[in-house]
Amino acid sequence: MPTEILMPALSPTMEEGTLAKWVKKVGDAVAPGDVIAEIETDKATMEVEAVDEGTIGKILVDEGSEGVKVNAPIAILLAEGEDESAMENGAESKSRGAPASAAEDTSATRETDEKQSSKAEASSGGNAVDDMSARRVPAEGKTHPDPDDPEGDLAQEIPEGTEMVSVTVREALRDAMAEEMRRDERVFVMGEEVAEYQGAYKITQGLLDEFGARRVVDTPITEHGFAGLGVGAAFGGLKPIVEFMTFNFAMQAIDQIINSAAKTLYMAGGQMGCPIVFRGPNGAAARVAAQHSQDYAAWYSHVPGLKVVQPYTAADYKGLLKSAIRDPNPVIFLENEILYGHSFEIPKLDDWTVPIGKARIHRKGKDVTIVSFGIGMTYAVKAAEELAKDGIDAEVIDLRTIRPMDLPTVIRSVKKTNRCVTVEEGFPQSSVGAHIASEIMAQAFDYLDAPVLKVAGKDVPMPYAANLEKLALPSVKDVIDAVKAVTYRD
Amino acid sequence: MAAKSNKSGSDSASAKSATTREGSAREIVKTLDHFDAPKPATFGKDDEVRAYRDMLLIRRFEEKAGQLYGMGFIGGFCHLYIGQEAVVVGMQMAMKEGDEVVTGYRDHGHMLATGMEARGVMAELTGRRSGYSKGKGGSMHMFSKEKKFFGGHGIVGAQVPIGTGLAFSNVYNKTDAIAITYFGDGAANQGQVYESFNMASLWKLPVVYVIENNRYAMGTSVSRASAETNFAHRGLSFKIPGFQVDGMDVRAVKAAGDLAAEHCRSGEGPIILEMMTYRYRGHSMSDPAKYRTRDEVQKMRSESDPIEQVKKRLTEDHGMSEDEVKAIDKEVRDIVADAADFAQNDPEPDASELWTDIYAEDIPQAAE
Ligand SMILES: Cc1ncc(C[n+]2csc(CCOP(=O)(O)OP(=O)(O)O)c2C)c(N)n1
Ligand SMILES: [Mg+2]
Repeated sequence: MPTEILMPALSPTMEEGTLAKWVKKVGDAVAPGDVIAEIETDKATMEVEAVDEGTIGKILVDEGSEGVKVNAPIAILLAEGEDESAMENGAESKSRGAPASAAEDTSATRETDEKQSSKAEASSGGNAVDDMSARRVPAEGKTHPDPDDPEGDLAQEIPEGTEMVSVTVREALRDAMAEEMRRDERVFVMGEEVAEYQGAYKITQGLLDEFGARRVVDTPITEHGFAGLGVGAAFGGLKPIVEFMTFNFAMQAIDQIINSAAKTLYMAGGQMGCPIVFRGPNGAAARVAAQHSQDYAAWYSHVPGLKVVQPYTAADYKGLLKSAIRDPNPVIFLENEILYGHSFEIPKLDDWTVPIGKARIHRKGKDVTIVSFGIGMTYAVKAAEELAKDGIDAEVIDLRTIRPMDLPTVIRSVKKTNRCVTVEEGFPQSSVGAHIASEIMAQAFDYLDAPVLKVAGKDVPMPYAANLEKLALPSVKDVIDAVKAVTYRD
Repeated sequence: MAAKSNKSGSDSASAKSATTREGSAREIVKTLDHFDAPKPATFGKDDEVRAYRDMLLIRRFEEKAGQLYGMGFIGGFCHLYIGQEAVVVGMQMAMKEGDEVVTGYRDHGHMLATGMEARGVMAELTGRRSGYSKGKGGSMHMFSKEKKFFGGHGIVGAQVPIGTGLAFSNVYNKTDAIAITYFGDGAANQGQVYESFNMASLWKLPVVYVIENNRYAMGTSVSRASAETNFAHRGLSFKIPGFQVDGMDVRAVKAAGDLAAEHCRSGEGPIILEMMTYRYRGHSMSDPAKYRTRDEVQKMRSESDPIEQVKKRLTEDHGMSEDEVKAIDKEVRDIVADAADFAQNDPEPDASELWTDIYAEDIPQAAE
């Protein structure tokens, strides 16, 4: 029976790709290992090898086709002795379907999740959402002081009439580095696979060509060494951008980041500091399990002397990276692999920068304040849309910078809405949300109509299995549930 | 004053020390002379059959894993071992029951070589409940206490101090087990490797550092990342002997492993084996592999394939018929097909597993 050749998944995050070229044509014999086609993903062009032996019977997807979904049939392979007529009865699909979890809907998995919640609470403190019913507070009978400025600070960052262009986060990051490298000779980028390989996640694509090996430096796999070397280079008057292939590997280097980069200005009595950017993807990607899926926002936000940035939109990625490179302090710039391929409108300006330390009101609303940052915003934004259908008008604040944190914007909003939910992918204990909750309690206690709830990653190392990974990450439903809990709408 | 006089004499002194340094370096190498790579082991028919079967199992298993990845059954990172099979199989043939193994994320071959079940490894790759880590660890993070396989580590270089610590426990417990610690040419540049070398040599720990030099760390060739590209010499300043081994010849690996094991078990401390090997596939599934030519890969495959070498000897020197060889091929294919089938149909872990295994629950009240 003829078999279908399916569009293969070539990376952990690939969902679709472009069929760039057919190397084999109808009638060609193929053996396992033969290159049959070239596929372009958002990261790279890859060759597709044949798995089985046979003859190409039919090509189902023409070359040049974009957006071909993973697992879609792209060709039909005839086995030995078969001819075209064999295809009349259809072909056997090579794929027996995606893993069970892919088909499972969220409501089913949520149910099991909830069953577990009491256990979670007992073993690890649990998630605040789960304990909410136990600590209901009265919704009525409270009078609030008047908020100072109910509209919040909505100062326009983008000048009126600016042309907007659609750009991916990946392109925004590369453009930010290229522009700053053109602007300032002292800026250079260093890390594993940043030059000749064009970046493990293709963020530094093209930089070697433009700036040469002096300024785009491939390092050995030696994070503690090159992070420290970057600090020394900054002491020596340069402005290093140190790329970590992912922030998981920065744990190898965290001593240099904290003890050498963050504390020097203070220890030197202000004589000299450390202008350096440590950047790279942070947090969970897809199915890369416990050692490769950690969110470090809370970790670095703990440290005086560091600035910590974790943007969501491409405009913020670009504007904040440029600001980070110019900043005289060490800046931890946390990116997200899943967002790299997302496109956003960004202002077409010669020198677009966004100030570090200022939150952005992503959506105005009056009933509840949702505070998030980075990929957490994807849950927050979707939840706000869903909640609007239920008549709950959420204000969504994108923190953008975790340290120094723009608490005034958060507090102003909470004084208006009287309720707050925080959203992040990191672990719940000592999280960014925990800090926000404590500050709101200290600064706006009298305005609160409900406890501040935090939605976070579950209090477990990231599991590999598809179904468990989904349960470990926060979901849109978690955010909706938390908002409904603080607005007492079930 | 003293500083000045030092400086005035510095030119001739440095010239002199350069020569003495060179001399002393040579001397160290010389004291290690008896560690020149031994001749390849002589294999009888049984050894060849075992090597052939075990290597083929790894190859077919990895090919299947690659297919399952393309079909979406395996997610995340998946690093295949195809091309390097002779290293783990030859080392395993030199090991004794009780010896430990630890490695990085390119670990499927190591697990199969220690005798872990193909079904359990494949089910872990698909993230199912019968996987060695109940589906929670995945390709890069798998363990088997029973088989003394201590992972499966995703952080490049992390396994090196861990293997050193396993060796420490062997000395502490007065066993004669040795810890085989595998890592790559890229990992060999991590600082913790040298911290480990120093402790291992200082305390004479029975650890075999097996550097799998497959010429690339992702897209970086050895010469682009390493000042000293002879990794066997990386232990010199710690007085750790080492030599390069033809890692494509399972007999050469076995002989090196025998010598290393004897060295460690006799209390001489650590040793480094640099295995000259090659990976045929990309670094992981998402590697566009632009850093080397197809010809380079093709040449290694056609001229040095570890499995073909053994197959040739089986038929030419040991009189095995094509049919007999095919029977082994079939046995291996069946194991892999069964494992793949099992791994696709085994259920995912129960949702409750999300919350288990974070802390050990049984707290012993007294020393056992
Ligand atoms: C500390 C750390 N840095 C970077 C990575 C990303 N990474 C994974 S494998 C790899 C290359 C390692 O090459 P090598 O040690 O030669 O082993 P091989 O892959 O060739 O087996 C890199 C850079 C990582 N996992 N951990
Ligand atoms: Mg390597």
